[in-house]
Amino acid sequence: MNVIAPKEKLKPADFASDQEVRWCPGCGDYAILKAVQRTLPDLDVPKENYVFVSGIGCSSRFPYYMSTYGFHTIHGRAPAFATGIKVTNPELDVWLVTGDGDGFSIGGNHMLHVLRRNVNMQILLCNNEIYGLTKGQYSPTSETGLRTPSSPTGSVESPLKPCVFALGSGARFVARGYDIQKNLPDTLKRAHEHQGTSLVEILQNCIVYNDAVFEDVLARNTAAERQIHVEHGKPLLFGADGNKGLRLNTKSLTLEVVTIGENGVTEDDILVHDETNKGLATMLAEMGGDDMPTAFGVLYCNPAPTFEGGVDQQMAVEKEKDASPSLDALLRQGHTWQV
Amino acid sequence: MNTNMAPDSDGRTALPSVVIRFAGDSGDGIQITGSRFTDTTALAGNDLATFPDFPAEIRAPVGTTFGVSAFQINFGARHIETHGDDPNVLVALNPAALKVNINRLKKGGSIIVDTGAFNTRNLKKAGYDSNPLEDGSLDDYKLLEIDISKNVLESVKEFGLSQKEGLRCKNFWVLGLVYWIYGRDRTDTIEWLKAKFAKRPEIADANIAALNAGHIYGEAAELGDSIGLFSVAPAEMTKGLYRTVTGAEALAWGLVAGAELADLDIFFGSYPITPASPVLHSLAKMKQFGVKTFQAEDEIAAICSAIGASYAGALGITSSSGPGIALKGEAIGLAISTELPLIIVNSQRAGPSTGLPTKTEQSDLYQAVYGRNGDAPLVVLAAHGPGDCFDTAIEACRLATKYMTPVMLLTDGYIGNAAEPWLIPSLSDYESFKVTHETDAENFHPFDRDEKTLARKWAIPGTAGLEHRIGGIEKEDGSGHISYEPANHQRMTDLRRDKILNIAKDIPAVKPEQGPETGKLAVVGWGSTYGPISRAVSNKLAENKSVAHIHIRNLWPLPANLGDLLRGYEKVIVPEMNDGQLKTVLRDQYLIDAKPLTKVTGQPFKITEIEAAIDAAVES
Repeated sequence: MNVIAPKEKLKPADFASDQEVRWCPGCGDYAILKAVQRTLPDLDVPKENYVFVSGIGCSSRFPYYMSTYGFHTIHGRAPAFATGIKVTNPELDVWLVTGDGDGFSIGGNHMLHVLRRNVNMQILLCNNEIYGLTKGQYSPTSETGLRTPSSPTGSVESPLKPCVFALGSGARFVARGYDIQKNLPDTLKRAHEHQGTSLVEILQNCIVYNDAVFEDVLARNTAAERQIHVEHGKPLLFGADGNKGLRLNTKSLTLEVVTIGENGVTEDDILVHDETNKGLATMLAEMGGDDMPTAFGVLYCNPAPTFEGGVDQQMAVEKEKDASPSLDALLRQGHTWQV
Repeated sequence: MNTNMAPDSDGRTALPSVVIRFAGDSGDGIQITGSRFTDTTALAGNDLATFPDFPAEIRAPVGTTFGVSAFQINFGARHIETHGDDPNVLVALNPAALKVNINRLKKGGSIIVDTGAFNTRNLKKAGYDSNPLEDGSLDDYKLLEIDISKNVLESVKEFGLSQKEGLRCKNFWVLGLVYWIYGRDRTDTIEWLKAKFAKRPEIADANIAALNAGHIYGEAAELGDSIGLFSVAPAEMTKGLYRTVTGAEALAWGLVAGAELADLDIFFGSYPITPASPVLHSLAKMKQFGVKTFQAEDEIAAICSAIGASYAGALGITSSSGPGIALKGEAIGLAISTELPLIIVNSQRAGPSTGLPTKTEQSDLYQAVYGRNGDAPLVVLAAHGPGDCFDTAIEACRLATKYMTPVMLLTDGYIGNAAEPWLIPSLSDYESFKVTHETDAENFHPFDRDEKTLARKWAIPGTAGLEHRIGGIEKEDGSGHISYEPANHQRMTDLRRDKILNIAKDIPAVKPEQGPETGKLAVVGWGSTYGPISRAVSNKLAENKSVAHIHIRNLWPLPANLGDLLRGYEKVIVPEMNDGQLKTVLRDQYLIDAKPLTKVTGQPFKITEIEAAIDAAVES
């Protein structure tokens, strides 16, 4: 009896292309690339079905470094290309890699609509709060006051929060991670598992033009106090001693940081994360700054029908009504006359 | 229209052809009136051409000149080439419609007016200081004055409609009258009304009553003594089964036919824009043919989704009008650089910028041939009439897939909306050009080319072993790897150019549509000027003038023999609805002294305008 050997499981290295990676040494994109290459072997997808689509910018060089199918398109428009690809062949496993300028400045419109339509794909947003490839101008996610070549006296713009934007656009899956995060692949797997558009914001360090911009959140010695890692069904706790938590102030309808054991606060007062709760997700996505920790993990996951599923369903209905359509017959419908 | 002929026994005078222009407020249902008259005329066996001429405003303020909608039809017992220069009959449902259209009417022509609408208020809105029905300004015309409004309300009284609803039946009352004047059968229109208002039979019944009342009014009014009664015999046409078709419909069906011949599914990404949207509407109804339509968030997303679809193995198509095509420019460049098949339909309208959205022009030729950053050649084709959109769309599908290139298909607002009788083709009349996607992983390189066509291989995601990356950065020929090598960019630029120019070997040589292959004058046209040029040249040939009509469907690359052919004439004139764009291309390509004949009024050429240019050229 012939035994068909199980297909050997691919390794991360099998997803690396033969192209030399050309990001600056120390760029956060290296870590994100590795995280993706570590993720894919664990997914039950034939390698030829992966398609990486990108726009323009440092992170958009991503497809060239993967040994999968890849399409490096034009600035800001990757969501539209990815939509065409996925709608044409829903079997394909589409990953979109973008940056804060590509995805939320020139491509803001497409980002809004791909999220709203819920086309099944993973969007990896490499957010470094700066334009890298054009040499260091401020981006739509840069902090107000950032001095750059195009804002020598400081940017006067308010920064956009991608996760809040996504939730406002109707995204059904929103998560946040950072470039060198060890368990980033876990978040990527959750994003992949979700049927619909999954947005993963990845805080990414630009070593040349915006180095250490996330240091106040990511610095090892203060990370426990500055980060909260959320998990569905678990209390929203953080801190070096694990005794800080988020409580809903029912008067102001805002989240507040409390410490268990202080002022009569018990664990019962701490909110439990419900990733299907959009209101909570929006408040978590907004957090950060001096007073609140920055939230990481799956902030929101609440599946809805996919766009391409809807397209296929409508087509199936029409094909059932007209199983062997004939163009010749269609042209002869309605008013005709013989000469 | 020659009315000197004697009436037949029914009191009807036989005419070779007639041009009627229906005009009224944009809320008067003029376009519906026109299309019903068109179907009835086609069923009566006439050849015909139509010209819907409507304002950009959906419902402009009632009674204003800028809210006037018109529909012109030329029908005849002979071959009809255009919608007709000047109408013989003008139906004006209000003073504004009269004011806007009176100057087009032939002297001695007939005017049918609704006196009920010629009140002080409407006259003022139309900008009349005195009532033209009373001040003698219409003395050169035959005037048929009827209080149509009153008659309509009378005829629909029994249906219990409001006054406003009752007056909405005015267009069918007029249609009934015009049917009587030309001896036309009402059955088709009645059936159409029943089907259209199946869910509101009282509306159908009221309109049918109005149609019949208009007809009866004509019978009783002894019109033979005023504006006359006429008959127009069936035209001699190629034997076969006919239907009427608009350019937008024929284009949509041609794309579906082309995809079937290529054995591909269509992905059509589009964003609504006048006058291109009807193509999207037509294709959205063809899901059973495997057509996926995607109404994108903007013009850029529309083309990018189509390119994504082509990358994934479908036939990606996008469609727009000039302003939208401008937005697609960068993405077209990507499709050229990645050498993916793509069809870009441009239903041209008057520009620049927003221009005149509902008025026709063919001023996007430069944009089609040259309008991108970098050296970015593609194929440009133009359809010359509604039915021709079908064949041109199939040719676009063939060239896009065979040569792995974007193809720009030009039509215009006139072609898109106009209708003509169409000898219905069979798909079996066309040769298949089945596409096979690459599957052979042995020595696969994404930019390996076919030696003859220079087309690269089309390998699509989902195919094991062919994983590769493409993008807009310059790539090495063969491997497709990013390459900044100076010599490689030269080579790739040359290749992209040669691949397109090489297509000239795969398209028909051009020959005169009419007239001699050498001679005094060539009238060279493209797109929707075909009709007036054709009629003007045939009229002049009948006068023994040395003139030929040369029509160019393949605008890039140009047909291989075009330069030699044009050099065989002493003079070349190029009538165009733009400021001289093809003229410039011809001068550049062939160093010939092509002379422009331009018109950008938003209206198609009249035959007489081209005849005058021919006379001036052959006599000088």
